Amino acid sequence: MMQAKPLLSRVADSVYWMARYIERAENVARFIDVNHNLTLDLPQGYLDQWQPIVDTTGDRAIFLERYGHATQDSVMRFLAFDPENPNSIYSCVLAARENARSVRETISSEMWQQINTLYLLITSESRKSVPSSLPDFCQSVRMACHLFQGITDVTMSHNEAWHFIRLGRKLERADKTTRMLDVKYFILLPTVADVGTPYDDIQWTAVLKSVSGFEMYRKRYGRISPDRIVEFLLLDGEFPRALRYCIGLADQSLHAITGTPPGAFSCATEQRMGLLRSELDFTHVESILAHGLHEFFDALQLKMNTIDEYVRSDFFGQKALAAGAA
Amino acid sequence: MQFSSYQTEDFYDEMFEDDGRCRPHVQLVMEVIQSLSDGQLLRYKHSAERLLLQLGITFNVYGDTAGTERIFPFDLIPRVIPAGEWDRIERGLKQRVHALNAFIDDIYHDQKILKDGAIPADVVTSAVSYRKQCHGLNPPWRVWCHITGTDLVRDRDGCYYVLEDNLRVPSGVSYVLENREVLKRIFPRVFEGLPVRPVNDYTSRLLEMLESIAPHPTGSPRVVVLTPGIYNSAYFEHSFLAQQMGVQLVEGRDLVVQSGDVFMRTTKGLERVDVIYRRVDDDFLDPEAFRPDSLLGVPGLMEVYRAGRVALANAPGNGVADDKVIYAYVPEMIRYYEGADAILPNVPTYLCWRDADRKYVLEHLNGLVVKSANESGGYGMLVGPHSTREQQEEFAVKIRDNPRNFIAQPTLALSRVPTIVEDHFEGRHVDLRPYVLCGKEIFVLPGGLTRVAMRKGSLVVNSSQGGGSKDTWVLAESANVPMGGQQQQS
Repeated sequence: MMQAKPLLSRVADSVYWMARYIERAENVARFIDVNHNLTLDLPQGYLDQWQPIVDTTGDRAIFLERYGHATQDSVMRFLAFDPENPNSIYSCVLAARENARSVRETISSEMWQQINTLYLLITSESRKSVPSSLPDFCQSVRMACHLFQGITDVTMSHNEAWHFIRLGRKLERADKTTRMLDVKYFILLPTVADVGTPYDDIQWTAVLKSVSGFEMYRKRYGRISPDRIVEFLLLDGEFPRALRYCIGLADQSLHAITGTPPGAFSCATEQRMGLLRSELDFTHVESILAHGLHEFFDALQLKMNTIDEYVRSDFFGQKALAAGAA
Repeated sequence: MQFSSYQTEDFYDEMFEDDGRCRPHVQLVMEVIQSLSDGQLLRYKHSAERLLLQLGITFNVYGDTAGTERIFPFDLIPRVIPAGEWDRIERGLKQRVHALNAFIDDIYHDQKILKDGAIPADVVTSAVSYRKQCHGLNPPWRVWCHITGTDLVRDRDGCYYVLEDNLRVPSGVSYVLENREVLKRIFPRVFEGLPVRPVNDYTSRLLEMLESIAPHPTGSPRVVVLTPGIYNSAYFEHSFLAQQMGVQLVEGRDLVVQSGDVFMRTTKGLERVDVIYRRVDDDFLDPEAFRPDSLLGVPGLMEVYRAGRVALANAPGNGVADDKVIYAYVPEMIRYYEGADAILPNVPTYLCWRDADRKYVLEHLNGLVVKSANESGGYGMLVGPHSTREQQEEFAVKIRDNPRNFIAQPTLALSRVPTIVEDHFEGRHVDLRPYVLCGKEIFVLPGGLTRVAMRKGSLVVNSSQGGGSKDTWVLAESANVPMGGQQQQS
């Protein structure tokens, strides 16, 4: 039997980032869409809903510098089309396409065509002086990203490059789900004034909807409760956007790449990923909450950054920055 | 759309005779096109363009900052070549490529052709693309031109001439393959009725040829395509060919020389490379051997090549025969090495370093096409009849300053093919670039890139200068059999 073709480090790097950027674009579109939907349900001036979603993407400083006050228009422009914002949908899709372009011989033609279709959609939308319907736009970005993912899974051999794609996608998704929860949880903890009002429920429902998790949560837990939502989004083993589920699949892909059996490790990435995976496999949400959710998120962010850095040094031939890797 | 008002004017038309009758081998194509309902052809055209854009079949334009990617304009009306005509082209190309390989091998070894005086020695040694570093190299089967994209043109008399040999890194074959895919979707009926020879085995042939030149003949050799990167104007083609052959597309930074071999950096460490189909110029292959200031390239690559531990296609140094002054001597080469006259003639060429030729050129700048000896892609040339006085003056100065670097040719009345212009057909000038693969044997792809000067009256077909392309259909022998297929006997 012929041996599988080895994968160039540069190509692994590009497909990994291609997947991350597509996933990021999809998540930003989700945030915008749900937030927009939420503002329609709340009384005017009820809560400043737009600043938090800028915080979710982690670009508060650039935003304040470029726009100052967060309004629907400014946030939407910033998150959807601003080429100066490296995490806008526009920038993400461009970056994903540049990466895809450099590995066109590795990915399938269908994948390239879909990423290109998405690129044409974004560039034509971003040229319009008046953006067309916001929900429609977010919906088409989301669907285009889903389609890309589906095409990836059914047209590309599930080889080493595909596992780098899945690794990138799952790490990015884990990051976005937790960031979103981090920002919303503290804003939405019930205040005395809100307890018992319908707005409490509406806002938590919006959190779930932004990760397409509302229906699945209902089936699992029924009533809306902040602690159960935290448990669902962090520790569920079946919901595809939950942290634990994502890390589990990322870990599987990592082992498929290295060929190391599950439960063992052959490089720093695998060791760190394994540690994180077992932590999530064997913890209770109660203990996370008791130690403080914020502390949990800070530690998690550090672990995920470390994993990303080790991926670069173990597979892409780049020197580890080492700072966060302690 | 109808051809009734179509004018061949005073040119050789690939579809119509001078008296307006359709050439017999194109009859079916014309009938199918005329049978389309109003607007259908334009709808096909738009959908083909949308498809090309979606497929990202684009090229980059150097020095164009706004929107650096464009689709290569594609015209739906094919150029059709009957079997007999093609047979002559094929024989002519094989003869020419064979002689060119013999010439390059000779130049880098004993230089018999120079010693025998068949070609003046200073013509060769003064060529910019002549590489001393390549002396004494022995590529497998003494082949230096593995992939050639010869440019042919047809003058008013209908005769094919060789315009350029393009031995270094010829591009465009991906458009030949993609154009055919598009036309098969649009005109299935014509393909059913006409014996159009297929082109889609090109990448298999290419891979076979590349594997055959591997220095370690055992096992399955590792072939890669070397690209300058995504900003190169032909990047689409590099990735397309790598994809179709199922081999890695590498950049210089992916390769490294260690202990006498070339390796690529992979997620599992270094892997040896046996054959490099390089789509970068000699200058950027190896900074140690060629340009020390180049950041592209793989340091030490030429040493490995010299030691016969990696194969390069095309062979470095083969560009010497691309020099347009040396081009003028190809008919002599064919006589010298093949003992025969060239089947495909050259375009008559004036060499400005000859005093008499230069005098003539300077006096007739407004009627000639002047080209610099070492440029391609339509850069550095003057099309006399379409130039201004200032441009002619500018070239006159350049020619006097450096006569070795310029040649001139009469302005040919390139043949034309009907082309969709807005909502009707107009004749547009074309050339033809067939592709020739040369390993142990020579293979000529039955087809080629027909490039079209999309601007009215223009003779410049280069994509960088607003040119487009057409599919090229080479017909098999049975083309003369009446169409319609077999019928049940009653």
